[in-house]
Amino acid sequence: MTVSFSMTVNGKPVKGECEDRTLLVQYLREHMGLTGTHVGCDTTQCGCCTVHIDGIPMKSCTMLAVSADGCEVTTIEGLAKDGQLHPMQDAFRENHGLQCGFCTPGMVMSAIGIVDRHRGEKLDEKTVRHELEGNICRCTGYHNIVKAVLAASEVMNKA
Amino acid sequence: MADGGIGAAITRKEDRRFLAGRGTYTDDINRPGQVYAAIVRSPHAHARVKSVDVSQALAFPGAVAAFTGADMAADGVGGLPCGWGITQIDGSPMAEPPHPVLQAERVRHVGDPIAVVLAETRNGARDAAEKVAVEYEVLDPVIDTARADADGAPRVHDEARNNICFDWQIGDAGPVDAAFAKADKVATLNLINTRMATCAMEPRAAVAEYESGTGHYTLYTSSQNPHVIRLLLGAFVLNIPEHKLRVVSPDVGGGFGSKIFHYAEEAIVTWAAAKVGRPVKWTAERAESFVSDAQGRDHVSKAELAMDGDGRFLALRVSTHANLGAYLSSFAPLVPTYLYATLLAGQYATPAIHATVRAVFTNTVPVDALRGAGRPEATYLIERLVDEAASVAGLDPAEIRRRNLVPPDAFPYQTPVALAYDSGNYAETLDAALKDGDYAGFETRRADAKARGKLRGIGLAAYIEACGAAPSAIAGQLGARAGLYESAEVRFHPTGTVTVFTGSQSQGQGHETTFAQLITERLGVPVENVEVIHGDTDRIPFGMGTYGSRSLAVGGSAIARATDKIVAKGKKIAAHILEASEDDIEFSAGTFSVAGTDRTLSIGEVAGAAYVPHNYPLDELEPGLDESAFYDPANFTFPAGCQLCEVEIDPETGTVEVVDFTAIDDFGRIVNPMIVDGQVHGGIAHGIGQALFENCVYDGASGQLLTGSLNDYCMPRADNLPSFRTDTRETLCPHNPLGVKGCGEAGTIGGAAAVMNAVADALKPLGIGHIDMPASPYHVWQAIHQSRNKTA
Repeated sequence: MTVSFSMTVNGKPVKGECEDRTLLVQYLREHMGLTGTHVGCDTTQCGCCTVHIDGIPMKSCTMLAVSADGCEVTTIEGLAKDGQLHPMQDAFRENHGLQCGFCTPGMVMSAIGIVDRHRGEKLDEKTVRHELEGNICRCTGYHNIVKAVLAASEVMNKA
Repeated sequence: MADGGIGAAITRKEDRRFLAGRGTYTDDINRPGQVYAAIVRSPHAHARVKSVDVSQALAFPGAVAAFTGADMAADGVGGLPCGWGITQIDGSPMAEPPHPVLQAERVRHVGDPIAVVLAETRNGARDAAEKVAVEYEVLDPVIDTARADADGAPRVHDEARNNICFDWQIGDAGPVDAAFAKADKVATLNLINTRMATCAMEPRAAVAEYESGTGHYTLYTSSQNPHVIRLLLGAFVLNIPEHKLRVVSPDVGGGFGSKIFHYAEEAIVTWAAAKVGRPVKWTAERAESFVSDAQGRDHVSKAELAMDGDGRFLALRVSTHANLGAYLSSFAPLVPTYLYATLLAGQYATPAIHATVRAVFTNTVPVDALRGAGRPEATYLIERLVDEAASVAGLDPAEIRRRNLVPPDAFPYQTPVALAYDSGNYAETLDAALKDGDYAGFETRRADAKARGKLRGIGLAAYIEACGAAPSAIAGQLGARAGLYESAEVRFHPTGTVTVFTGSQSQGQGHETTFAQLITERLGVPVENVEVIHGDTDRIPFGMGTYGSRSLAVGGSAIARATDKIVAKGKKIAAHILEASEDDIEFSAGTFSVAGTDRTLSIGEVAGAAYVPHNYPLDELEPGLDESAFYDPANFTFPAGCQLCEVEIDPETGTVEVVDFTAIDDFGRIVNPMIVDGQVHGGIAHGIGQALFENCVYDGASGQLLTGSLNDYCMPRADNLPSFRTDTRETLCPHNPLGVKGCGEAGTIGGAAAVMNAVADALKPLGIGHIDMPASPYHVWQAIHQSRNKTA
C-alpha cells in the first residue's frame, strides 16, 4: 500500500509518498538521495543511521518513513550552516574522531544529543562513553570520539 | 621537516566530506535503470541440493530474473580462485576443491549462495527471493576445528581426505627435540584462538553495469584491492579481458581484511548485469555479512617451550589445527602458515623452533585474513606461553622477557623460522611500557582493588609483526600466485599542483592525507595542492591494495620512487633554463637552484616549463612532468612494541574491566602521528574485543551460526573500553626509502595477549590456570566457581 506524508527535512518541507513498509532511512537514502545517513546493521544495534527527529537522536532504521509525518528531520547533511561545520563535526575533525567515516554521521548525530541532554553541565568521559553505547565504531576504539565529544561540549556550551 | 610534511600531525583531508555526509560508499552509488539483487542462501550447514525451482520467484510482481548455479555453469562461469598454494610436508600440493559461485549440488555452510533473484526494488527482490523453492537432503556437518580430521567425521569435500587441506611445517624438528631432551624446565599450554567476525561497519556491496555497445563492464565494489578483484574476477571467473573490465572501489567503510577477498556476489552482479542488460546492485544486510564475509583466526594449538635453569629459551614446539571453513577463500592458506608460524620467534632469540600446522575444512563460513592475520594468533600463543614459562621458572613476566629478547645489536636477526628481522630495540619498548604503565607500582593497585572486593591483574605482550608484504620473489617461492609490489604515479599539472595515483586503497587509514604529506616533504608542494586518487582500475596504473599494514611501506615507497624521478627530470629542465650544468643543480623544499648562486626555479615553474616547453631541452627530454614507479620491497618490515594491560574482575559477576592500557610501538619513521595514534587505538580495541567479547559460536550439531547478528555477536562499545596511553619509539626500517614500518594492525596483534595475560594474572590467586577467550562474564564466573568448588 502506498502512503503519503509530509515532513521537514533539513529545513525544507517534503511531501512524501512511498510503500507503507519503507523505513525512514530507506526513504532518506533512496528517495531523497541523502546518502550521508548509513545502514550498518539490521537489528538497531550500530547507530550508523541516527538522525534527529524533532531535535532528538533516533535510529532511522527503526522507524517507518510514514511515522515521521509532521516531524522535523535533520540528517548529517543538514548540520553545517552556511558552509561552516557544526562544532561537533569540527571537533571530530580536530580530534581525529573518524577513520573510515561510515559510522561517523550517526556518531555525530548521537553525540550532539549527548551534549544537548547535558546542556550547561561539564560532561565527563564516563557519561559520554555510557551514552555513546548505541553507536558502534570498528575503526577508532572510541578514544578520539570521546575526546571530540568532550571538546565539542565545551564549544557548544559557550554558544 | 617541510611544513605539513613528514612528522606533522595535520588534520585529514578526507574528513570534511565524511563529516558532511558527502562520502561515496558503494551503496550510495545508483545507476540508471538498475535492478536489485537478493541472494538465496543455504539455511543448512551441510546438505545436498536436490532441486532449485525459481518459477514462483519469477512470477512475483516486479521480479526481473532469477538465476541458479546451473545457469552459471551453462555460461562457463568459473569457480572462485585461491591466490596462494601450499606445498605439504610430503611435497604434494594442498587439497584445492572447487568453489562454485552459486552452489548447484551441495551446500557447505549456512549462507552458501544458491540462487540470485533480480527485481525492480530492494524489498521486491527480497520478497521474490523467498519464493525460490530449494529441496535439500540435509547431511551431518563437521564444525569442530580440533576434531574435523577425526576418522568418520562428515566429509566437507570429496577432494579432501579427513577434511585435511594441508599438513605443513616450518623449522627443524631435530634441534628442537634435542633441546627439549636437555631442558631444565618446560612450559606447556593448550590454547584456542577464537573465531572472529570482521564487522567492518559498512556491509559489503557491489553494483555492476555492462555496455553492450563496447563490451565494457564496470563493477563498483567495497574492496581493499580493486585491481586484484579485476584480475581474479576477469581472468578466473567470468573470462572478461582486463581492458574490458573496470573495478572501482569508492570510499570503503572499513575492511580489516574482509574486503581483500574476491566474493561470489561480485561475480554474480557482474555476470547478471550482462544477462539482463541492466545495472545490478547488491548490498549485504548485516545478517548476510555474518554468513558471507570471511571470518578470522580459529586455531587450536599446543605449545611447548624448553628452558635452561635461568629461564633462557632453548626451543619452541608448536602444533596447530587451523580451521579454513567450507572453502578456500582468496588467501586462506597463507594466513595459518607464512603469516603465522614464521612469527613464532616473537621478540625472542629462541635458537630452535619447529611448528606443524594442519589446516582443515569444516561446514562453517570460510576463514581468511582478519586484522593482523596470523600474527595475532602467533603473538597470543607466544605471549601466553611466555607468561606460563615465567610461572614455571619462578621469574617475573617482565624479567623472563628481558632475558630472552633479541638484543639491539643483533639486527638483521635471522630467526629459525625463515624471517630476517630488519631492525628494532625491543628492550627499549619493554622498558618504556613498564615505566609509562607504572609496572613497579602494580602491587599497591592490586591490594587496593582487593580491598574493594575486586581481582586486579596485569599483563604484558611484547609483539613482533611482519608488514609490508612482500618481496615478490620470496612470496612466489612460498606459494603466492601474484606479485606483491605497489605502484604510484605522481602527476604534476602545468600550474604546479599534483595528483598522486596510488594502488594502495584506503578503508579509513587516511592515505589522502599521509600520501599528500610525502609529496609535501619530498617535493615542497603544499598539502592542499595535492590530491590522492585511489580505487579505480581505469585511473591507476596497477595496484595490489591495502592489507597487512603495507600501504606506507610499499605504496608510500612507490610514491617516494616516483618523486625521485620527478626531481631527476626537474633537474634537467632547471639546468636548461638556468643555463647551468645538471650536476650543479640542487633541489630542496620545492626549489631548484644552481649551487653557490642565487639563481633558482620553483618546482611549479619547472612543471610549467615542462607543459609549455618553449624554453626546454626537447632534443633530450620529452615534455610533461608525470612519473610512475613500481616498488617491490627487499624484505618485510618488522614493527614491534610492548603493551601493558591492567584489568579488574568482579568475582561475583565474572565481569572483566580493562582499567588501564599502555602501548609503546616502534613503527619506524612516522609521517602523521595523529593518524598513527588513531590506528593504534582502533587496533587495541579490536584486540580487547577478541579477548573479552567477540566470538563466532556455531552450534556443533546443526552448524548454525548462533552469533549471526550484532545483537548476538558482541562488538566492543564505547562503555566497554578505557582511553589508551600510547607512545612510540623509532628504529628506522633500513631497506625502504622512507624508513617506515607500518602501524595498522599492531594494536590488535598484541592486544588480546596483553588482556588475557592480565586476566590470568588476576585469577592466579584463586589457583586458576589458563582460560580461553573470550573472558566473558560467563566464562570467568565459571572458572571462579569451578576453582571454589575444587578448594571447597
